[in-house]
Amino acid sequence: MKKENVIVAEELTKAFGDFKAVNAISFEVKKGEIFGFLGANGAGKTTAMKMLIGISKPSSGTAKVAGFDVYSQTESIKKNIGYMSQKFALYDDLTVKENITFFGGIYGLSRAKIKEKREELISELGLENISNKLVGSLPLGWKQKLSFSVSLLHEPKIVFLDEPTGGVDPITRRQFWEMIYKAADQGTTIFVTTHYMDEAEYCDRVSIMVEGKIEALDTPKKLKEQFKVASMNDVFLKLARNIE
Amino acid sequence: MSISISNISKSYKKVKAVQDISFDVNPGELFGLIGPDGAGKTTIFRILTTLLIPDDGTATVAGFDVVKDYKAIRKSVGYMPGRFSLYQDLTVEENLTFFATIFGTTIEENYDLIEDIYVQIEPFKDRRAGKLSGGMKQKLALCCALIHKPKVLFLDEPTTGVDLVSRKEFWEMLKRLQKKDITILVSTPYMDEAALCDRIALIQDGEILEIDTPEAIVNKFPKTIYNVGANNIYKLIKALQSYEHLYSVFPFGEFVHYTDKRDPFKTSDLKSYLENAGLIDISIDATQPNIEDAFMELAK
Repeated sequence: MKKENVIVAEELTKAFGDFKAVNAISFEVKKGEIFGFLGANGAGKTTAMKMLIGISKPSSGTAKVAGFDVYSQTESIKKNIGYMSQKFALYDDLTVKENITFFGGIYGLSRAKIKEKREELISELGLENISNKLVGSLPLGWKQKLSFSVSLLHEPKIVFLDEPTGGVDPITRRQFWEMIYKAADQGTTIFVTTHYMDEAEYCDRVSIMVEGKIEALDTPKKLKEQFKVASMNDVFLKLARNIE
Repeated sequence: MSISISNISKSYKKVKAVQDISFDVNPGELFGLIGPDGAGKTTIFRILTTLLIPDDGTATVAGFDVVKDYKAIRKSVGYMPGRFSLYQDLTVEENLTFFATIFGTTIEENYDLIEDIYVQIEPFKDRRAGKLSGGMKQKLALCCALIHKPKVLFLDEPTTGVDLVSRKEFWEMLKRLQKKDITILVSTPYMDEAALCDRIALIQDGEILEIDTPEAIVNKFPKTIYNVGANNIYKLIKALQSYEHLYSVFPFGEFVHYTDKRDPFKTSDLKSYLENAGLIDISIDATQPNIEDAFMELAK
């Protein structure tokens, strides 16, 4: 069974003056795939991600996200993707319910749809008792789970997760990954960055960026075979160390 | 004792940040506070560095009381807070000179202590601190915390958000510092870093779950853990979650860690259950627990 590509990047490049933060990266991501986007700090992950979500214009190369062009159709891209990062998640001064309603509105859902989604989401996450509490008062793990669900409100084709589990306790981190698996199982494509190498193993395929280029891209199993090591931890260390 | 904490509690309004915490850190020890965000790690650091007064309990650092002798403590400890807190508009060298000066010393006097860290950032010594990369900021902050040759070094989440390579280098630096007779209290949310400490305290929701060496904590794990693999991890987790004998299941890298209420039990039973659930390529192998397994069991 050949699945459609929902992200296609070819020679995608972003230069700041002489410095190529992203240097001609090419890759494809399939529908329903969990794609891990790894790299050291400063390797160019965030810059690449910004181009893919339509908030930074590439210097050269091409990319299509959810079928839309990253140069000319950025508004359509934004409507068809979800985004969540550790730095920006939800509004602390709004309640759980208000956050859901607000983001539903931003994504252009109808009132009836927002209500339906809100009830569904609150019951799925078991937040009935705290749905009128300010998000700022919730533990980080709950915030992150809620934030992920909110990023899926408008049923996007792809969801971009930028270090979604940093600082989260190990149990919640795994519950979070169960949510990711579930979303992928339902056909949502997951594009995720992380510093936890065990999480890299959860991905269907993983790319590793080093100094602006994708230096490795395959399933975790094949990458371990290719580098003749036992874990993704060692793959990462070997790649990053060799380049230096 | 280098650090001694007895029954410390601290609340912010209604939130109990730390509750009745006690532990000791031996001279020259590398002691880790391991726990997620919100566990109370930063509150403990702020109490020990005299920036916060506890509601209850007592603590001493390098023999000084954290309330009565706060001035003496400030002279004898180095503190690297979680958030980058150097002067962004000063250069690398200016920051270091500044910290040396306020502690009444010079860069030259204690240069041996910071040398192997400082040489890595020296090529950028005229760059403003605000313009450094994350890894370089971290190294500069460590130099500034060390420049007055502290007896005790406090590092609050020095590796959070830092990539694997820089994290590894940072821990190698800590190991070298430890050999120079500096007691180190370090916190981290990364459980894999626990193994690098002499002793650790696992902490969650303001309470200590366990204090011991990393090996001892892992050895206390009460169950046999199995690495279970199959063609589809999501379906595997779902199937195991509805298995009547399940004790716990957590994704762990390419496998899931499974424990059974019956211990020991016949793995062939589990295998046929999973086959009936439609899974293929099933593997079930006993494996060793790690710190994360221990943490999750204790936090249950």
